[in-house]
Amino acid sequence: MSQLAVTVIGPDRPGIIADVTEALAQAGVNLEDSTMTLLRGHFAMMIVCSGPFAEVREALEPLRGELVITVREMGPEHAHAPIGPPYLLSVHGADRPGIVSAVTRMIASVGGTITDQTTRLSGALYVLTAEVELPPGAELGMLQRALEITAEELGVGVTLRPAESDDL
Amino acid sequence: MSSVNTAHLNQTLAAWSPAQLGLAGDVLEVVRAPHPVLATEGALVDPLDPVMVALAADLVATMRVSPGCVGLAAPQVGVAAQMFALDVTGHPKTRTCHGVFVLCNAVVVEATRQEKSREGCMSVPDLTGDVKRATRLTITGVLPGTTEELTLTTDAFEARALQHEIDHCAGALFLDRVAGAHAIYPRKVYL
Repeated sequence: MSQLAVTVIGPDRPGIIADVTEALAQAGVNLEDSTMTLLRGHFAMMIVCSGPFAEVREALEPLRGELVITVREMGPEHAHAPIGPPYLLSVHGADRPGIVSAVTRMIASVGGTITDQTTRLSGALYVLTAEVELPPGAELGMLQRALEITAEELGVGVTLRPAESDDL
Repeated sequence: MSSVNTAHLNQTLAAWSPAQLGLAGDVLEVVRAPHPVLATEGALVDPLDPVMVALAADLVATMRVSPGCVGLAAPQVGVAAQMFALDVTGHPKTRTCHGVFVLCNAVVVEATRQEKSREGCMSVPDLTGDVKRATRLTITGVLPGTTEELTLTTDAFEARALQHEIDHCAGALFLDRVAGAHAIYPRKVYL
């Protein structure tokens, strides 16, 4: 039994998740982490699960065609240890190529890591939201200024603020 | 509804009517992101300036003709100024309600009891987002055509709408405040 990564992409219709997870259940798979969304109307799902590789491939075979399905064996699981406090990054402005690469490069350059990210194109408006962890040694003020300069060059607005989490 | 669970109304604001502006406003075009005016900090306004009084009437008129619109800030009609119109009357999430009013130079004095809720914006018509905002709010501001600074305390939906409009006046959108990487959604419209 190994850990598998299953991706499913294709034109959306009702019942894709039911079809995919039913096939996986019949192959004896235990679903672990998964995410699914619509990307410009395309169905897109990623699943990490544990199960027998050959059986899983075979079980998903009938669904291939309209759906592009990949099944890969994964290396050992790595628990994500936070490298520092979490922040929320928000970028929005007129769409143009290079916004995501320029902004995420600034985060990477201070040793920060992105743990979650979504981008949306809505008409002429491009929006990026990301959850970011910054190492304790990162110069937050310097990063803020660098992000603002980058954002100005791109003609977009950027905010980076601590992610609030309330323990109840 | 009982007044027991609502904030004490500011009677001046609650009694205010757009008729006090003395002119009917024009319906203006609402600008959409990524228009730069929406990212520009609004200037303080002179509430006695006839241009600003006319803008107040325009904001009310534009808000009135826009279905579902509970608030409209000057940057949304292309003017980088600290003024907005608000009216949450009849909204199911409204508790305390001051009716329709326009405020200039509004400032948040106290904001407590944060709650997350999904909100949209006429200037970002195709997206909504989860935003954490105070549900108990005290602000100050000045009615157009007057000079006296008023203090308004409110809650629930009126508090949320006020914070959304005050953000506009500072050049911020709800997109700057969303609660997480997956907190922005394509707007669901059922036809």
